[in-house]
Amino acid sequence: MIDIAADLIGEDLACRRGECRVFAGLSFSLPPGGALVLTGANGSGKTSLLRLLAGLISPAAGRLVWGSAPIEHDPATHRARLHYVGHQDGVKPDLTPRETLAFWAALRGFRTPRLDEALGAFALAPVADWPCRWLSAGQRRRLALARLCATAAPLWLLDEPISALDQDNQTRLEEVIVAHRADGGRVVVATHMPIEIAAAARLVLDDFAPTDEDATVGGG
Amino acid sequence: MTAFIAVFGRDLRLALRHGGDTGLVLGFFVLAVVLFPLGVGPEPGVLQRIGAGIVWVAALLAALLSLDRLFQADYQDGGLDLLALSDLSLELTVVAKCAAHWTASGLPLTVISPVLAFAVDLEPEAIPVLMLSLLIGTPALSLLGSVGAALSLGARRQGALLSLLILPLYIPPLVFGAGAVETSLTGSGAHAHLLILGALSLISVALCPWASAAALRQALE
Repeated sequence: MIDIAADLIGEDLACRRGECRVFAGLSFSLPPGGALVLTGANGSGKTSLLRLLAGLISPAAGRLVWGSAPIEHDPATHRARLHYVGHQDGVKPDLTPRETLAFWAALRGFRTPRLDEALGAFALAPVADWPCRWLSAGQRRRLALARLCATAAPLWLLDEPISALDQDNQTRLEEVIVAHRADGGRVVVATHMPIEIAAAARLVLDDFAPTDEDATVGGG
Repeated sequence: MTAFIAVFGRDLRLALRHGGDTGLVLGFFVLAVVLFPLGVGPEPGVLQRIGAGIVWVAALLAALLSLDRLFQADYQDGGLDLLALSDLSLELTVVAKCAAHWTASGLPLTVISPVLAFAVDLEPEAIPVLMLSLLIGTPALSLLGSVGAALSLGARRQGALLSLLILPLYIPPLVFGAGAVETSLTGSGAHAHLLILGALSLISVALCPWASAAALRQALE
């Protein structure tokens, strides 16, 4: 069902939030095993582009294609092949990390997720059965990232994944990403902090800011 | 199906854990009903006549009390993104969340209503009809409420806005719910009222998830 070998291609994408144009004329291609690092000033549209790639918002212009199939034709299939870790963690204070991970996996239709492996990958095993309200910001962040390991998905969309992470855990994340790419997975990371991702394509979103002329035409 | 059960189970667990929403809803329901005898005085005739209406009004205010949290918490902590990206369509996610909301509010309200029927001096033979009307009618309260909860997401005074949006929609269940108990007492039979109440709940199941899901998509933009 999921065509792993296909490229994820963005063609001439533009994004608009309300009356404002965030970026325009953005194109990229992401092959299996590829990585894309999004950088740019605050407000340049990193999060918007990730949400657009996740299908949470639709592009104002251009299109997003998986292999040869535009993702808007089959949003359910696209949802099934991605992990989106937004800058908010979505962690409920009253649930434990283990319950939270199991819930996230069940949301994606997985009944037997790799919970222990995922908790171990981000060193969360000691706090696995605590209520999440006792966790620090960094631990919550790691819990959100642990869902990458609990169930498989060929496309990871990570928004500022290393904020609140210490050096050890940043290394853990980098290792997880390396393993994911070695398996043919692809990853898109939006960040303003240095993260070690080998052979990653870079996209500086400031370069795609709409010009004044565009803005006048588009913003009307 | 896995995802549906997961959403239902998690919401129910959150509502019940640490004396959360369910305790609050029940406490409000009991207090609101008990205030009426204190307010209108002890003459039995008066209370008996308005008793069913009191219980129903208190029940829908209690249901309303917990509705603002239906999507708000997920909206604020980013969980709504994950629900939108799940295996389950947003419409079915709404149904799962409403089912959990009903199990944690409407169902307990129904179960303790006989106790409160005594507080408002309702005739004992009307109690089964009261319970039945609440059992049939409270699902409509959760489902109609979900539309308001989704529409008012992100508003600054969500609770107040939610009440303004939802209370008018609660008029039909209130009229036919309280009406069912009254007609059973006058001897003309509650059958017709209960059927209409059931129809209201069924219409809500059919329509409200679409409206709520559309409002949630708007909130996600």
